[in-house]
Amino acid sequence: MRHLLFGNLGYDALPFYSAIATGAASVVVLGALAVLGFVTWIKGWKSLWIDWLTSVDHKRIGIMYVVVSFVMLARAVVEAAVMRSQQAVAYNNPGFIPPEHFAQLFTTHGTIMIFFMAMPFLIGIYNFAMPLQIGARDVSFPAMNSISLGLTSAGAVLMMISLCIGKFSTGGWTGYPPYTELSFSPGVGVDYWIWALTLSSIGNTMTGINFAVTIYKKRAPGMTLFRMPLFAWTALCISILMIFAMPPLTVATLMLAMDRYLGMHFFTNELGGNMMNYINMFWLFGHPEVYILILPAFGVYSETIATFSNKRLYGYTSLVWATISIAVLSFTVWLHHFFTMGQDGNVNAIFGIATMLIAIPTGVKVYDWLLTMVRGRIRISVPMLYACAFMVLFVVGGATGVMLANPGFDYQVHNTLFLVAHFHNMLIPGLLFGMLSAYHYWFPKAFGFRLHEGWGRIIFGCWVGGFILAFMPLYIVGALGMPRRSQEFFEAVYRPYLWVALCGALLVLCALASMVIQLWTSIRDRQSLAVPAGDPWNGRTLEWSIAAPPPEYNFALIPQIDSVDAFHQAKKQHTAWRAPEHYYDIELPSNTPVGFVCCVASGVFGFALTWHVWWAVLLGAGVFFGAIITRSFNRDTFRIIPAAEIRETEERWLLTLRESPAIANDAMFTTANRGLVREPV
Amino acid sequence: MNDDHAAERRQELHGYIIGLVSAILLSAIPFAGVMLGLLSPAALIWVIAVAGLVQVIVHFRFFLHIDLSRSHRDDLQLILFSLLIVVLMVGGTLWVLTNQRHMMG
Repeated sequence: MRHLLFGNLGYDALPFYSAIATGAASVVVLGALAVLGFVTWIKGWKSLWIDWLTSVDHKRIGIMYVVVSFVMLARAVVEAAVMRSQQAVAYNNPGFIPPEHFAQLFTTHGTIMIFFMAMPFLIGIYNFAMPLQIGARDVSFPAMNSISLGLTSAGAVLMMISLCIGKFSTGGWTGYPPYTELSFSPGVGVDYWIWALTLSSIGNTMTGINFAVTIYKKRAPGMTLFRMPLFAWTALCISILMIFAMPPLTVATLMLAMDRYLGMHFFTNELGGNMMNYINMFWLFGHPEVYILILPAFGVYSETIATFSNKRLYGYTSLVWATISIAVLSFTVWLHHFFTMGQDGNVNAIFGIATMLIAIPTGVKVYDWLLTMVRGRIRISVPMLYACAFMVLFVVGGATGVMLANPGFDYQVHNTLFLVAHFHNMLIPGLLFGMLSAYHYWFPKAFGFRLHEGWGRIIFGCWVGGFILAFMPLYIVGALGMPRRSQEFFEAVYRPYLWVALCGALLVLCALASMVIQLWTSIRDRQSLAVPAGDPWNGRTLEWSIAAPPPEYNFALIPQIDSVDAFHQAKKQHTAWRAPEHYYDIELPSNTPVGFVCCVASGVFGFALTWHVWWAVLLGAGVFFGAIITRSFNRDTFRIIPAAEIRETEERWLLTLRESPAIANDAMFTTANRGLVREPV
Repeated sequence: MNDDHAAERRQELHGYIIGLVSAILLSAIPFAGVMLGLLSPAALIWVIAVAGLVQVIVHFRFFLHIDLSRSHRDDLQLILFSLLIVVLMVGGTLWVLTNQRHMMG
């Protein structure tokens, strides 16, 4: 009876087996209680439900994605710092983290950073900015967008619950069988990992479909594909990558689940299982995933470098073709993740060459960005700082990537910290810096006030300094042969490098703290940082042509586009911000709780599967599909905003715009900036 | 206007009927081949493969309305791209795994 009700759940699942586990779980529980208390204190429950949880507005969904990502970023950075501290003291010494716990730490760190920090961050930024950039009022399938967010959040919540109830997987973020099969990992950890990943990867596939359809079908009239901003181009490319690359992951994790739950033998040691096929399928997803992570940052830098150089993007067409080439080539190189798995030299050589080819379009991009800056009126804003740091650091990371593309070299350093240094060198400048600059760049558009400039520079300094200190030494210890994921080591020569790396990790913690302080000070000073006119950076693309924050319908009239950087052209010809003669009713998708219901139901489903609580599995699945079917019977999914209301909103904003002082370029970072910048002559 | 509409509908119906008939035929041929046993196994496999491939094209052309006309260029590009990815993924997997099997055998 007890098993029927609670499955494998018991008191021993609570994290009282070690002080660190208890502490971490307490932080999660107290944090959750603090958030609930805060919402109650500001009497925000109704607003939370109506304005956020049931909203299908792409801008709000985007913001919620970024919030999820920040919470997960905080956890994974802390985990990284704990691992660095352990390794700093681990010379001939078991340190303070036992091996099994250390293995959980690197597994959750990797899983969270990829699936619950990076993916929600970039999807959130796209959700917010891409429809605005192409002149759309929303994505093509707003309710599906909300369900995607729900699935990703359910996965993130499962990750957080795993900290409090039971232990997480020790199989690394890639979860290679046969280690992750039942015979070697009998606990619930791998199941947590499987369901968190499966939920989020289904959500991401749906997001890919949603974005691709939006870009194909909802561009403003006159905006041909080759008039889209580059950021929207990268959105198109990563959507297509997500549509094709996410299913192999879903299939691989589900097949592993069938091995574990139904006694099948896809990847087991015995009875004809082939674990190499798991690795093959995982990287069929995993390599395109790398470009899903990196292309968005390329898109962001293409926007920010052009804007803050006050120049048209150099080599727009070549940048587009480079993006497309990278997207296609990303499907031809997955084998370089397992050069050492035992195929013959010819296979390795072909994939090695294909890998090196990717450096060509990437190189084209770096030159295009540099040439955009040449003779531009450069303003060193926070996004521009990130772009500059990126171009230097990313080239270093790319060069080590070309080294690793050589199978002979890869045999020497695979499974060492050299590899760890390489992929952090790609993903921190090539994803995180891009997303942080996007956060600084579009924050004023989303909330109507700028982020504190000084703290932005401190965050930048801490992140870049911390990154360099934390990962450059790892190249050296990696080349010296230190294996990755070592909980203890016996080679004295590694020690000084690992101390430097620890300093880097501490600096990254400072960056995290500075981000909290920056957000706090910016909200406190929101009056003096306000940019209601909506164009604080002298932007070039459509999203800057509307108020900040944008009205829910985005554009009162969908603009007619006749060139790249249409808004910039309009400003030059003094045709921007014209009040339309007529306003029309606008049809917008109405709120729906389906996304939130799906979030809770799929979360229950994943948790119940993990603990074998079968009634709750049926309940979760039933509510999930029931909610979607019920929703499909609802034909009243739109609401009308009357023209009079739109006229009032728009006229109020246009009045603010006319009264705002047009500041000079140099005054952009002062409180004189109300969102209107004079075009320099 | 009404006449145009009716003509359009007639043409559409025409297309669906051609599609349905060819789909049935293309399914019947492999079944007949297997059940009557007139062909050698090797030839039979080829017949089934070709019939399957033509069936795919028939579905695209008559049911999903993908053709070479300009207005459908986007759809066609997406299908060709999907095909490329499927070939890369399936072909690549078969190549890599048989190669490993060979090396271990």
